[in-house]
Amino acid sequence: MSKIKSLADLKKKRDELKVNTAAETGSTATGSIVQIKVAMATCGIASGAKTIFEFFREQLVRRNIEAVVTRTGCMGYCYAEPTIEVKLPGREPVVFGFVDLKRADQVIEKYIKAGELVDGIIPVNYETIDLKE
Amino acid sequence: MSNYSHHLLVCGGTECHNSDSDAIICNLRDELESKNLSESVQVIMTGCFGLCGKGPIVKVMPDNTYYVGVKPEDAQEIIEEHIIKHRKVSRLLYKDPVTGKPLDDGKTIGRFRKQLRIVLRNCGFINPENIDEYIAREGYMALGKVLTEMTPEEVIKEVKGSGQRGRGGAGFSTGLKWELARRSNSEEKYVVCNADEGDPGAFMDRSVLEGDPHSVLEAMAICGYSIGASQGLIYIRAEYPLAIERLKIAINQAREYGLLGNDILGTGFSFDINLRYGAGAFVCGEETALIHSMEGLRGEPTVKPPFPAEAGFRGKPTNVNNVETFAAIPAIILKGAAWYSSIGTEKSKGTKVFALAGKINNVGLIEVPMGTTLREVIFEIGGGIKNGKKFKGIQTGGPSGGCLAEKHLDTPIDFDNLIQAGSIMGSGAMVVLDEDDCMVAMAKFFLDFTVEESCGKCAPCRIGNKRMHELLGQICDGKGTMEDLDRLKNMCIVIKDTALCGLGQTSPNPVLSMMDNYYDEYVAHVTDKKCPAGQCRNLMEYVINAENCVGCTACARVCPVNAISGERKEIHHINPAICIKCGACMEKCKFDAIYIS
Repeated sequence: MSKIKSLADLKKKRDELKVNTAAETGSTATGSIVQIKVAMATCGIASGAKTIFEFFREQLVRRNIEAVVTRTGCMGYCYAEPTIEVKLPGREPVVFGFVDLKRADQVIEKYIKAGELVDGIIPVNYETIDLKE
Repeated sequence: MSNYSHHLLVCGGTECHNSDSDAIICNLRDELESKNLSESVQVIMTGCFGLCGKGPIVKVMPDNTYYVGVKPEDAQEIIEEHIIKHRKVSRLLYKDPVTGKPLDDGKTIGRFRKQLRIVLRNCGFINPENIDEYIAREGYMALGKVLTEMTPEEVIKEVKGSGQRGRGGAGFSTGLKWELARRSNSEEKYVVCNADEGDPGAFMDRSVLEGDPHSVLEAMAICGYSIGASQGLIYIRAEYPLAIERLKIAINQAREYGLLGNDILGTGFSFDINLRYGAGAFVCGEETALIHSMEGLRGEPTVKPPFPAEAGFRGKPTNVNNVETFAAIPAIILKGAAWYSSIGTEKSKGTKVFALAGKINNVGLIEVPMGTTLREVIFEIGGGIKNGKKFKGIQTGGPSGGCLAEKHLDTPIDFDNLIQAGSIMGSGAMVVLDEDDCMVAMAKFFLDFTVEESCGKCAPCRIGNKRMHELLGQICDGKGTMEDLDRLKNMCIVIKDTALCGLGQTSPNPVLSMMDNYYDEYVAHVTDKKCPAGQCRNLMEYVINAENCVGCTACARVCPVNAISGERKEIHHINPAICIKCGACMEKCKFDAIYIS
């Protein structure tokens, strides 16, 4: 990692990241690969998120699906842990709750492979501010 | 890729009180079947949209149309019009409450939701272990703006103007606190982040630190620039290992990028942050006790003044703010004081994060604008009470707060309203109680915590709370008198007036508010020797109903103390002198023959 030496540098870095990591973080950008975020705060991990995280990492490779699996913090749905967010290319992200290994498998086989929704969807029930200038 | 052209999402589920959902799904599926569309349109049940007042809701994907207040008989019209003819059913669209115009785009519906995420803007969205994801979401831009475009005075003016009040519980103006620290003359000053979250049922700060640690680091640097400090300390309890781990990663990454350390962004401003661990004592959330604990002394509070802004850590001017307070700062700087102060009520601006726990369907972490009512929080966002039970009360502010009853449900939540209602905002723990909770036992439970956590320095807290705890115990056992109730109330007032620090002064709050709001229940324990909620063991008796008992002997076999007697196929009997009220027999009985008297 090289140092960021000025505000202009920081802005440049941000703009580069926005393009490069659009696939990884941007919910609106049309990334070309599947992105999966696993909510892994203490509570998520306590209810089994680590197993789910590893399952996706392993199985997506094994099933030849190009995807990024990342960990994130609390999504706020404690009652439905473990929770994951799946973003298919060109689609809005979808949050699934109560994800056990069986449901994780369904998410891959039905939603990721065939675009068919599976049980446990949690609709976005909040608005988030946007800090862009 | 997908065989489906449309998805219809219907809100509902077993916990939802909108029982129409099943009928709607059924009708939609029948309708699709009859039109041979089952192969191309999928109907699925989802969780809560957070718009329960407008439910049930049907969301059509991919075009993002929300239909609200849908009835089972609307299924035909939705399929025929929307799916087949591609025409939206305008009478079912969500209408803008101000203009009355129907909204057919799901993107604009967001602002009618009850929740607004400012503090939690990145939580659950970015990878907390990767600084790049934070930067891509405008991370450290507020610090950059402050260092290059604003004087420290201007930053303080902005924060003051936002009207933000400390989220740790007391609600003191953040801007004013910074100003006082700036005014203190010293070469050496400190910025401290209070991450000693200790209320039972609270997990707001932990979630922010685990989900978005950089927002706190950035805000601490902004604060350092404003007050003239180059050292930041985060006091965090060792019980939060994951938050500590992620903070360490975040600090290292920020240092590698030069966003912490010497000469940040080439501006000449230097600031660094280190961690200090607490052993998990509740009193160390009080700022003077926290500072002593960081200095290696006993975690005991001292009398203010001097305030930490004058003489804090190592006797130097110190500014202590809570995690949530800090996390909102970058947003305030980037979007401006006017924007922040446009959210909330007259005297409480912005949003507040709450940890919803207890007997509520959607246990979770929520963030709502100040002024949202308790009813909206519990029944819309929280999805109502578990198992269809009746709402009884809500404890806000943890063991320092009070329990609010049914009559307070429509109170808009803000610092002043909650105090007026007999509770406090506190750090944001909300524990929901239902009809099965006994308000004497509950007061005792919260006092248990305070007695355990009292540091013992002042007599009112050390001795007074212990005596109150004993009195509550006697009342629970049916040994209380009406005089005890008066004595209890009197002790509450004395402790409130005379205890040294916030912990002691607020410790009687649960007892006071519960006695105020549920006085009949206290009287029932004392005069009738009854616990209306059926929780106090010594006041209840398990009895076998002779009419239902078939003499199967299941209860007698499961009883751990052999308190149940009776021959096979004959009515059984429980000996109350032996019974330990464990409830095992009642659980085992298949004939509903055992009840609590």
